[in-house]
Amino acid sequence: MALKKRTIRTIPQERTPVEELDPAERATNFLEVNCGYKLEEALRESERCLMCADEPCVRGCPVSIDIPSFIKKIGEKNFHGAYDVITNTNLLPAVCGRVCPQENQCEGVCTVADSLEPVAIGRLERFVGDMAIREGWSNIPYIEPSGFKVGIVGSGPAGMACAADMAKAGCDVTVYEAFHEAGGVLKYGIPDFRLPNSTVDAELAKLIELGIKFECNTLVGRLFTIEEMIQEMGFHAVFIGTGAGYPSFMGIPGESLNGVLSANELLTRCNLMHGRDPEHYDTPLPPSKNVAVIGAGNTAMDALRVSLRLGAGNVHCIYRRSHAEAPARAEEIHHAEEEGIQFHWLTNPVEILDDGKNNVRGMRCIRMELGEPDESGRRRPVVVPGSEFEFEADLVVYAIGTNANPILGQTSGLKLNKWGYIATDENLATSIAGVFAGGDIVTGAATVIEAMGAGRKAARGMKAWLGLRDTEESCLGEPAPFEDRLLGLDPAEHDFALVRLPRSAASSSNAS
Amino acid sequence: MAMPGTGSNYEILTREDFSDVTYLLEVRHPRMARAAKPGQFVIVMSHAEGERIPLTIADFDRDKGTITLVIQAVGKTTREMQRDCLAGTHLHALVGPMGIPSHIGEAKKVLCVGGGLGVAPVFPQARGFKEAGAYVIGVVGFRNRDLVFWEDKFGAVCDELIVCTDDGSAGVKGNVTEGMRQAIEKHPDIDECIAIGPPVMMKFAAETTRPHGIKTMVSLNPVMVDGTGMCGGCRVKLDSGIKFACVDGPDFNGHEVDFDDLMSRLGRYREVEQKATARFEESCHMREEFVAASAQEASKD
Repeated sequence: MALKKRTIRTIPQERTPVEELDPAERATNFLEVNCGYKLEEALRESERCLMCADEPCVRGCPVSIDIPSFIKKIGEKNFHGAYDVITNTNLLPAVCGRVCPQENQCEGVCTVADSLEPVAIGRLERFVGDMAIREGWSNIPYIEPSGFKVGIVGSGPAGMACAADMAKAGCDVTVYEAFHEAGGVLKYGIPDFRLPNSTVDAELAKLIELGIKFECNTLVGRLFTIEEMIQEMGFHAVFIGTGAGYPSFMGIPGESLNGVLSANELLTRCNLMHGRDPEHYDTPLPPSKNVAVIGAGNTAMDALRVSLRLGAGNVHCIYRRSHAEAPARAEEIHHAEEEGIQFHWLTNPVEILDDGKNNVRGMRCIRMELGEPDESGRRRPVVVPGSEFEFEADLVVYAIGTNANPILGQTSGLKLNKWGYIATDENLATSIAGVFAGGDIVTGAATVIEAMGAGRKAARGMKAWLGLRDTEESCLGEPAPFEDRLLGLDPAEHDFALVRLPRSAASSSNAS
Repeated sequence: MAMPGTGSNYEILTREDFSDVTYLLEVRHPRMARAAKPGQFVIVMSHAEGERIPLTIADFDRDKGTITLVIQAVGKTTREMQRDCLAGTHLHALVGPMGIPSHIGEAKKVLCVGGGLGVAPVFPQARGFKEAGAYVIGVVGFRNRDLVFWEDKFGAVCDELIVCTDDGSAGVKGNVTEGMRQAIEKHPDIDECIAIGPPVMMKFAAETTRPHGIKTMVSLNPVMVDGTGMCGGCRVKLDSGIKFACVDGPDFNGHEVDFDDLMSRLGRYREVEQKATARFEESCHMREEFVAASAQEASKD
C-alpha cells in the first residue's frame, strides 16, 4: 500500500492530548494520573510521524528502538507488529513509555519538533505496551540452550534488561534481589500514580516466561560473594546492577532530627511496604502536615506528590537552581504544579529547625541567583546575601541524589573508581574476568532507560566474553531456503543459538 | 500470578520461650548459616503485610543449617510474631547476613557485655573470641532470676561469667555496669570490650570503660527498612560524622557514638507504633473473647 508522502503541512498539527485524572481529585489517591491513549487517539497521533529518512529519534533512544517502524505499524493497525518491533530492542514498553524522559531523548530530536510539538512517541510506546499486557502478548522466541549460566545481581531496570538479553541468548539466568519482591526502583521508588506496580509485575511475568529465575531475599556480597558466584556456584558470567543507593544528605544543622528522611525511605515505606494503607499493612509513615522536599529530579517529584496524597496540606519543593535546570521530566513537574505543589526555585536550605523535642519545626532557607555556567554547563547558583527566610515544616525529605552503595566494594576485589562506583571498561566489563556492571552502580544516579541501556550493553559485552554471537535481532518469519544458506546457516540468523519466533506467532503477526 | 519472592521458604524449626516477653526462633537457612559471622544481623518479615524488622543473629549452626534469633516482644510486630511464629510455621522474608561482621582481633582478654535483648547477640562474639584464643569474661544482665537464659551456653565459652540482675535475685545485684566494674577491677589488662543491649545500656557501658581507655565496640539497632544502605533511615551520629548502621556498621566504637541522638531517632515512629500496638492488643482481646464465646457455645451442645 503506497502512502501519500506526509509533510509538515499535511500531518495533524496539534499533538494529540492524553486524558489525565483531574488534579484536585487525583491528589487524594494513588490512581495513575495519565490514562494513556485510546485507540483513535493513538491512530491519530501515529499520523503525525513524517517517516523522515533521517530518523533522529532512533539515535535519541538509549536502546535504539526502531521508532518510525513501530509508529507505521500502529498506523496500519498492526499492533502486534508494532509490539514485535519494540520488543526487538526493548522488553518493557509499558514501563519505558511511562518513565522515560522522552523530551530529552526521542521526542527532543523529533523532526516534527522543528516547527510543531513533537510526535508523542512515549505515549504511543505505552499504548502498545499496555495493549500487549491486556491481550497477553509476549514474544517468547524459541531458545536453544547455550549451556552458559549467568547470574544477575539486582532486579531493577539494568538487571531486567541484561537478564532478558542473556536469556534470549540461551543462557540459564538467575536474578538475585535483596528485597522480598523483584523490580528494584520500579517497585520501591516510582509510585503507582506514575507506574503501577501491577504493570511492573506484568513485565516481570514476561521475563519469567523467558525462563529467567528470580531469587529474592538474597543480599549478594554478604550471603555469597561475587567471587563465589564465579568460582563455586558455577556462573560463567555475572552482571551487577545494584543501583546507586546510599542517599546523600547535605550536612546542614538539624539533619538528624526526627522528621528528616531520604526520599528513598519515604517512597519505599509508601510504595513497596504499602505504608499508605495502614489498615492492612504494618509499615509506618511519618505523620506530616507541611512537607519540604529538597531537590527537583524525578525522585523529588515523586516524594512531593506522594506527600500530597498522604494528606499533607502544604508541600514545598526547594531547589537551588531555576525551573529550567530542574532534572525531572517535564510532565512530572507539570503534574506536580497542577496538583498544587509549591515550587521555590533558586532557594537553598541552610538549617532545619528544631521544636525543642527533636522534631522538625521548620526550615531556614536562602535565596540564590544564577551566575556563570559550571562544568555541567548549567549556570551555577550563587547566594543572594541577606536573603534568609524561614518557613514552617514538620517533615523534610532529601532527594538530592545518592552516593555509591559500599556493599560489593566491601565484599569483593572489584576495582572501584574514586567515587566508589564500580570501575568498568567501555564494554562494561569490571576488573574481575566474566563480571560486568552497569546502571547507577557504575554511573551514579541516572534514569530507568539509561540503566536498561547499560544492562543491554553489558549483555553484548557478556556475549562476546562467552563467545556467543550477537542475538539482538530476533528472526521473524520463514527460515531461508536451502539455496540461500551459507554452510547450512541462515544468514538472517545472527547466532548459533537460534532466536526465532515460533512459526505461528510470526505468521499471525505478519498477517494481521 | 505467582510473583518472584512471595514463597516463604524459611521454616521455623524450634521455638523456645525464655519469659513472657523473650522468645527464641531457630530458622532453617543453610546458606545463611554458612555465611553468617558474629555481629551480623538479618531483616525479617513475618507475613506479607508486615514490617521489615532488623534482628541480630544470636547464633548459627552450620551443621544443622540454621540461624537463631532471640526476640523481645515490645511492639506490634514482635508481639504478633510471638503469637504466630511457632515451630513448623514459615517466615515470609528473611534476608542476610547483613552488616560488617565484628572484628574478632588479636585481643588477649575481652569483656563481652550483654543486657536485655543484647544478651543473645553478644554470644557469637564471645564464642568467636574464645575460638580465637582470648580470655573471655562475660557479663550478662537481666531484670530478675526468672528472665535469665543461656547461662550454660555462656558458661561454655566464657572463662568467667558474671550474671547481674536488677533485683539481685541471681548473681550480682545491679545492672551490667556493676558487673563490668567488678571485672575491670579484677582484670586491669582487659584489651577490648563488646557491649550489646538497649541504647541506654550501651551508653553507660561505654562510659564505664572510657576512663580505663578500654576499646569498646557497640552494636547499634536503629530503625531500618531495606538494610542495604538504600534508605538511610538507620543513620547514626559519630564523632567522625554520619554513618549508616546497616552497611557501615552495625558495630561502632562506643566512645564515638552519640547515643542521645540514637535514642531520639529510635522514637521517631513511636506514636504510630503505639497506636498499632494498641489496635493489635484490642484485636487479640476480641479474638480471645470470640474464642471464649465459641467455646461456651460449643460446650452447650
